[in-house]
Amino acid sequence: MSSGFWSMGGYARYVWPCFGFAGVILGWNLWSARRAMAAARLRAQRALEIALAEGASQ
Amino acid sequence: MWTWFYKLASPPYVYGIAAAFVPWLLSAAALALCYGLVAGLAIAPPDYQQGDAFRMIYVHVPSALLSLTIYTVMAAASAVALIWRIKVGHAVAAASAPIGASFTLAALVTGSLWGRPMWGTYWAWDPRLTSELILLFLYVGVMSLRSAFEDPARGDRAAALLAVVGVVNVPIVHFSVVWWNSLHQGATVVKLGAPSMPGSMLWPLLAMWLGFMLFYGAVLCMRLQGELLNRERQALWVREAIKS
Repeated sequence: MSSGFWSMGGYARYVWPCFGFAGVILGWNLWSARRAMAAARLRAQRALEIALAEGASQ
Repeated sequence: MWTWFYKLASPPYVYGIAAAFVPWLLSAAALALCYGLVAGLAIAPPDYQQGDAFRMIYVHVPSALLSLTIYTVMAAASAVALIWRIKVGHAVAAASAPIGASFTLAALVTGSLWGRPMWGTYWAWDPRLTSELILLFLYVGVMSLRSAFEDPARGDRAAALLAVVGVVNVPIVHFSVVWWNSLHQGATVVKLGAPSMPGSMLWPLLAMWLGFMLFYGAVLCMRLQGELLNRERQALWVREAIKS
């Protein structure tokens, strides 16, 4: 890549942080959605285990 | 048509659809974003006035459009949930709120990074910027209100009411550049008539916009699965889904 591409016509210190921040937002969304889904699955799993344990004790 | 609409009120049906859509939406989003990034950063010519600084449009405009789209989706889902008492509506609204807030923040930050070289300032109390900031506060308000009640059903209703009332801000954000004197430039793409951009600049923007929309769809489907599992964890279908 040429240095002209990276310097963005003198606007590099605005253009690259702009794209970087957008990348962080996309990455955070993906990470937090996966985390929320995994946490929900875990809670549902625990609820199921409790229900099964209660069923077995009765 | 109506059968399909009624099916959307069924949590297990929506959970299944969401799970099936995620890989397709993510793949399509990755393709659109890759094309948009390469074409926007390396192929599109510099703007005759703004030079290479205009390239920030490729993340700023999709973020801003998505912030409005997601709020509209959230308000519509909330209205459906309030009017027809469809629980999935509350789940869609709850899943959309953090995504919308993050893209509103992205629109504000990328906009201020663009504003510094073009306007000479990172921030101005301009109608477009101020109404977009109010949009961020609305998202935060909706999320806070939902979690402020011990009874989740009351939290859902209160958040849904705020989401529906707050939708009045969406046209204000969009038309602020028309209704008031604004530093912000007028509509370039979303307007009546042809976009005022040449194709070499427009196509990468449309690709990025599509990529952001598809990405929102994918993340919404993932969050929606989590919301439905949380809300329905005592239901038989959740137990069967977890067992499998």
